[in-house]
Amino acid sequence: MKNFQVAIIGGGVIGSAIARELSKYKLNIAVFEMGSDVASGTSKANSGVVHSGINSPHSSLKARFCVEGNKMFQSLADELGFPLQWVGKYIIAKNEGEINELEHLKKTGMDNSVSGLEMKGGSEVKKKEPNVSCVKALWVPTAGITLPYEFTIALAENAAENNVRFFLETKVTGLKKQQNHFLIKTNNGDFQAEVVVNAAGLNCREVVSMVEEPDFQVYLCRGEYLVLDKNYSSLINSMIYPVPVKELGVLGVHITPTIEGNILLGPSAEFIDDPYDKRTTKETMNNLIQEAKEIIPSLPDKAVINAYSGIRCKLALPESGGWADYRIEESKNMPGFINLLGVESPGLTAAPAIAKEIIKMISRLIELKEKNSFKSRIHGRKRFSELSTEEQLNLIKEDERWGRIVCRCEHVTEAEVIEALSNPIGAKTISSVKYRCRAGMGRCQGGFCTQHIVRIMGEYFNMDVTDIKLKSPNSNLFYGRTRGDQSD
Amino acid sequence: MVEPEGIKVIDHSADVVVIGGGPAGLAAAISAKESGAEHVVLLDRNSWLGGILPQCIHDGFGVEETGTSMTGPEYAEKYIEMAEKQDIDIMKETMVLQFDKRREITAVNKNGLHKIKASAIVLAMGCREKTRWNVMIPGDRPSGIYTAGVAQAFINLYNIMPGKNVIILGSGDVGLIMARRLKFEGANVLGVVEILPYASGLPRNVVQCLEDYDIPLFLNHTVTCINGKERVEQVIIAQVDKKMNVISGTEKKIECDTFLLSLGLIPENELANNVGIEIDSITGGPTVNQYFETTLSGVFACGNCLQVYDTVDVLATDAKNAGKSAAKNLTIQKKDKKIITKVAPGRGVRYVVPQIISEPGKVHLTLRAEKPRESSVLHVIADDKELLKKRLLWANPANMIGVDIDIPLEVMTTTQNLEVMLGDC
Ligand SMILES: Cc1cc2nc3c(=O)[nH]c(=O)nc-3n(C[C@H](O)[C@H](O)[C@H](O)COP(=O)(O)OP(=O)(O)OC[C@H]3O[C@@H](n4cnc5c(N)ncnc54)[C@H](O)[C@@H]3O)c2cc1C
Ligand SMILES: Cc1cc2nc3c(=O)[nH]c(=O)nc-3n(C[C@H](O)[C@H](O)[C@H](O)COP(=O)(O)OP(=O)(O)OC[C@H]3O[C@@H](n4cnc5c(N)ncnc54)[C@H](O)[C@@H]3O)c2cc1C
Repeated sequence: MKNFQVAIIGGGVIGSAIARELSKYKLNIAVFEMGSDVASGTSKANSGVVHSGINSPHSSLKARFCVEGNKMFQSLADELGFPLQWVGKYIIAKNEGEINELEHLKKTGMDNSVSGLEMKGGSEVKKKEPNVSCVKALWVPTAGITLPYEFTIALAENAAENNVRFFLETKVTGLKKQQNHFLIKTNNGDFQAEVVVNAAGLNCREVVSMVEEPDFQVYLCRGEYLVLDKNYSSLINSMIYPVPVKELGVLGVHITPTIEGNILLGPSAEFIDDPYDKRTTKETMNNLIQEAKEIIPSLPDKAVINAYSGIRCKLALPESGGWADYRIEESKNMPGFINLLGVESPGLTAAPAIAKEIIKMISRLIELKEKNSFKSRIHGRKRFSELSTEEQLNLIKEDERWGRIVCRCEHVTEAEVIEALSNPIGAKTISSVKYRCRAGMGRCQGGFCTQHIVRIMGEYFNMDVTDIKLKSPNSNLFYGRTRGDQSD
Repeated sequence: MVEPEGIKVIDHSADVVVIGGGPAGLAAAISAKESGAEHVVLLDRNSWLGGILPQCIHDGFGVEETGTSMTGPEYAEKYIEMAEKQDIDIMKETMVLQFDKRREITAVNKNGLHKIKASAIVLAMGCREKTRWNVMIPGDRPSGIYTAGVAQAFINLYNIMPGKNVIILGSGDVGLIMARRLKFEGANVLGVVEILPYASGLPRNVVQCLEDYDIPLFLNHTVTCINGKERVEQVIIAQVDKKMNVISGTEKKIECDTFLLSLGLIPENELANNVGIEIDSITGGPTVNQYFETTLSGVFACGNCLQVYDTVDVLATDAKNAGKSAAKNLTIQKKDKKIITKVAPGRGVRYVVPQIISEPGKVHLTLRAEKPRESSVLHVIADDKELLKKRLLWANPANMIGVDIDIPLEVMTTTQNLEVMLGDC
């Protein structure tokens, strides 16, 4: 049986941020993630917005961690090499009636010390955003965009480089307090840890109930998105949000540019029962286009290249306004068991600040000593398509695989795919390649590159075709060889 | 400035550069060479020539052209041999990243980056397949969803089985051929689902690929949802009405592990688009004149990136003409292009290629009918004047229609638009 000082359940952005922060100390740390990679839950399926902190009431944890987290993003991006752009956000009033709401948001923002908030007239907005019509808008310059999966992966990989052990495809199925440690049961054997951090996202209640009776309910609220082709990237320059949908405690269908030049439409809001029900539906797909057209009338109908959904982990029912604060606390009955409950939006933004808070909590349980061997920086990923001619030439000269394009839509090279597959946490699925180097994310959705990735997995990583998975333990791509094949 | 050996952009120049080494690119390159272009370069990103053909191991290629039916690889081999004999500069595993208005091409391969100055360019990039999102099929996002061409590549090029119990959406030729191929490999093909009231592939393929193997064809049906959290577990099919709306209550679950999409092809024109070449929104290919020249002077287009052809024979014939025009472009002084006449699809016609006539004389038009019809009449009309009237025994969207027409100079000087229509007899 393996012993750890700290065990983290869940490799989402929260678990990964905590793991990385903890890896600065002399500790023995494990992360258990039931998916085949980190960021396989909500952390890859959201808007990717680094929020400013104007949406949560003053003195809430949501407001505090959001504002603090927002301020930490730039230096994290510089350190870890994930992309970040401060594109800013317009929250628009489509009619006079909505202007009040803008004033209210502005006030909340100022209470939360969000800087730079400004009211803009409709014509002023039109100058910056020619495709958007509104009577007034609140300009939020401190809102940014990132790639949520790249952020999470960078945190996790940097943690792994600093000796955090990641156990993928490892589901925690039981948890028991024994004297001064916890016994952790998984599908891959039993483990022990002094401190357990429950960062299981949508499953946070399930994990609590392994040791004690939860005193809360989780309400699941699905949000669907559409992804538009890069050809339409010039439709907007900043994020465009409607005023929030008060009744549901959500922000409403917004139009968000992505780092890569696509546009996201979404998310919808629908309460569901099954945390694994991440489907997209026809009605919602149609609604998203309709709602987005209310903001941008010239939005094209046939521009969708992908659709996905993410699930909000709410602690309050829609009947009670859908809003509840995060609960970040150590169990009263079970010292050493730290829970992160209801970490919904702005959880991505809040993650770095929440991680610092968790360190404080752990320091009260275990003596923390800083390492001097901490490697704060993983080199930012090199993207062939973003390099200068000279850099491209040098790389090709060093290794000819930089000269072989395997993803025609995003111009990803064989070298980038191999690097993605050599990641330090050991994720080796088609999706883990896609989320690391973007192969398969373009308009043909893997039509050309899947065969190359499969070939590379066989050639360089000795993987059998039946072991190749799309994204999770049972998502095999193939059923073996054809009849005609004599090779095995 | 002294630069270290090997880390420079490699500069080339050529009379004709052909982008794409599928049947269209091969035919164009060979014909450009035969028509007098001295230095012809052929670029392809694959490690092989022939484009999509090496994975099409069924026969039916070259019937119209040679009278004998060949497999895709056999047909390709014929052209590859010719190209090799012709002293064409072939660069494989070379991806064209872009070209500019002065026809300077940037390409990359394992030897480095290349800049190629071309007097003329022929675009022959082929096409890509539509995905589930082009038709917005909702549901889960499990593994086991393939476009038919990708599944075909895995089976025929890599000997890998992508599925066991399969549903196919779309009855185009690729879908039909894949139904039979999967059956041969021991898979269970549960049916081909088609939203139209008729199969969209060639009639011979419906018989040879479905009927002969008792594979059900669900006409007037579509797939409304994909279920399966990790691997595909089932798809929901439902009947549609005349307006192609789903008739509620007709939904049926079909248990399967694989869902193949054969929804048609989209011409691959990112390169053309980026340089500002006009794209026809219906064909998805560049707007061209009768010499296959695009709206950017000196750049020609052929093959499936111009329009999606039914058979490779017709495609190769057109591609040869495009190659020839590209070669001639080098030597013939360009005529004043001020007078041009546009060709537009009228009633009953989906599209016409070429879209522009830039010189009077004999022109070959290719077009597609909007829907299947029995005997009908094809009209080509200049304002009020009928230039051509031709009886057709039948017209089917699956079969491209070709027609020759003579455009006199006076028509060009008086008319700006030609209309092509299909009417009843
Ligand atoms: C639609 C939507 C849009 C959003 N937009 C934004 C935004 O723009 N900006 C922002 O700041 N925030 C946004 N959020 C919020 C943000 O995405 C989440 O707060 C954040 O991703 C939560 O991270 P997490 O690590 O808690 O959860 P998750 O990412 O779900 O991670 C939990 C992980 O635990 C694993 N796990 C669960 N149970 C077990 C077990 N028993 N054993 C092992 N592993 C287990 C899961 O597989 C999962 O990977 C959005 C959320 C949604 C739903
Ligand atoms: C499944 C299937 C079955 C078919 N069956 C038949 C049949 O029975 N009979 C028949 O006559 N026809 C058939 N066809 C049609 C025929 O195969 C096609 O019409 C023909 O292959 C198209 O030729 P092409 O050269 O335009 O395109 P492709 O064959 O697709 O070639 C295009 C080439 O361009 C290259 N390329 C693209 N972009 C770049 C770039 N940026 N840089 C470098 N290279 C690039 C690609 O790698 C590719 O090699 C079938 C097609 C398919 C898909």
